[in-house]
Amino acid sequence: MVVSGTMPPLTPSAGVGFRIARRSLVGVLLIAAVLFPEFTQSPYVLGVAFQAEMLMCLALGLNIVVGYAGMLDLGFAAFFAIGAYTTGILSTKEHWSIIATIVPGVAVAVVCALIIGFPTLRLRSDYLAVVTLGFGEIIQTIAINLNQTGGPTGIYAIPMLTIGSVVVGSNTGYYYVFLVLVVAFALFSTRLRNSRLGRAWLCIREDEDAAKAMGINTNHYKLYAYVFGAVVGSITGAIYAPALSAISPASFGFSESLLIVMAVAIGGLGSIWGAMFGAAVVEIFPEVFRSFAQARLLVFGIALVVLMVVRPRGLFPERAFHGLGARVRARLARRSAERSLPVLGDMAES
Amino acid sequence: MTAVLQTEQLSLRFGGVDALSDVSLQIAESSLHAIIGPNGAGKTSLFNCLTGYYRPTGGAVRFRGSDVTRLDPAKVAGLGIRRTFQNIRVFPKMSVIENVLAGGHLRATPNLLSIIASGPRFRKVERQLREEAMESLDFVGLADQWSNLAGDLPYGMRKRMELARALIANPVVVLLDEPAAGVSSVEREELSRVIQRIHSRGICVVMIEHDVDLVMEVATDVTVLDNGRVIAEGAPHDVRSNPDVIRAYMGRERK
Repeated sequence: MVVSGTMPPLTPSAGVGFRIARRSLVGVLLIAAVLFPEFTQSPYVLGVAFQAEMLMCLALGLNIVVGYAGMLDLGFAAFFAIGAYTTGILSTKEHWSIIATIVPGVAVAVVCALIIGFPTLRLRSDYLAVVTLGFGEIIQTIAINLNQTGGPTGIYAIPMLTIGSVVVGSNTGYYYVFLVLVVAFALFSTRLRNSRLGRAWLCIREDEDAAKAMGINTNHYKLYAYVFGAVVGSITGAIYAPALSAISPASFGFSESLLIVMAVAIGGLGSIWGAMFGAAVVEIFPEVFRSFAQARLLVFGIALVVLMVVRPRGLFPERAFHGLGARVRARLARRSAERSLPVLGDMAES
Repeated sequence: MTAVLQTEQLSLRFGGVDALSDVSLQIAESSLHAIIGPNGAGKTSLFNCLTGYYRPTGGAVRFRGSDVTRLDPAKVAGLGIRRTFQNIRVFPKMSVIENVLAGGHLRATPNLLSIIASGPRFRKVERQLREEAMESLDFVGLADQWSNLAGDLPYGMRKRMELARALIANPVVVLLDEPAAGVSSVEREELSRVIQRIHSRGICVVMIEHDVDLVMEVATDVTVLDNGRVIAEGAPHDVRSNPDVIRAYMGRERK
């Protein structure tokens, strides 16, 4: 058997050289990310940077739901809101530490995900999109109308995040906190993707009926994807609340949900790199286009349309580097074949 | 001879149409059972009833004596009853090996902590499964295709990949819906060999097939369906000369 000596690596496209290249690329990117605050003292730049990281976290969460399991979720901001509000309420009214509020936030998000998901995840994608859209609106409406959530003005004076004895009070601090979250969620997504969970989600996305023939309980696995998304979203929300020190319902509406979907779609559905890159694009582009003043969203919109026409599968689609080595080798072989052709021709003539 | 899979007066009705009526059928342990019949005879409907995709309107399906009529497809697959589809259902944007690994879903570790920590148990089970996936691919002659996207494979190879995907689950029964349909004569030979080798591993094979030569070549038992009814059953050569079967295929003789 060919198998014994060279086991197929976890990502099937990867050869050994590819894996080394990928690892060193990840290393370089991480070092660059860690050193980034050293090169800019501007709180504005760091503010944009940590918001981009926050959107990366949300995109990674939604990528599990939309990218892996193929369920269009248009109300993902609801879980973000649940995390942020739970932290906001418990830290201002009950004086809990921020870290301690993460657990109840996640718990509430999971319960909501189960309540919404259990009856509705049997639906096919279009209907599911409508239901999740409604869920997002409900959560925002609740936040506007409830006294405990501060009504339309929301919650302010949320205390600072303290980790042990360290108080995180600057944009630089939140930049690092969110960096840790991004790395953790990316790793989490990778591990899930390479397990039977990830495979089951992709099967469901590709062909739900055939997935059942694999013994996959599709309803359960769709629910798992939704719950994992909710966990990631609510943790991100819990850190978002102290980072901005004030939250209001306006930050958790349909436009926020849409922004997260956009980040995942721009990056490439199902791709971890894509989700992160897409989030960065969605967050940073409008900032870069500030010089266009009022037209900046228009310019951004046009850029999006162009992007989707040119690269419909996203900037970093799944398996973007699939067969790269083979493609390079084929091209080299073709080139050397072309070079040797005239020689053959000469021989024929002589 | 004990039946591994059997139906008792199975009937399936869509509106006013009887897709299956009173189908009672015994599939013997370690047989290679072919189900033949003209188009629209109810063969695929029967498969869908056996694997939980359709709920029959009457009768029962038994697997090793226990009633599995109302189980959903995932549960049926979990019992070791695996199938392929007439219009091949691969997962196109997953690689060939991942398609096969998906077939081994229930054998992979569900332990979430072990998965997230990439713990020793998870690694061990995954490695084992990968080795077996490569063996299954080798068995159907696709080992060199493991890293390609399933959607990029040509038709005949997809058919064989579907077989590998069913085999990795260590099934008791595999149901093949027209394995030889649309494949070239060279691939048909290859397929026939693979099917016989699956059978010789002690796996019970049930197949729907139009290719009568293939059926005569490999099958140990044949059941003929026409208009949702069993019109003949028995050894291949007895069935071939059965006048009812000839009539079903050729039409009634004129007086």
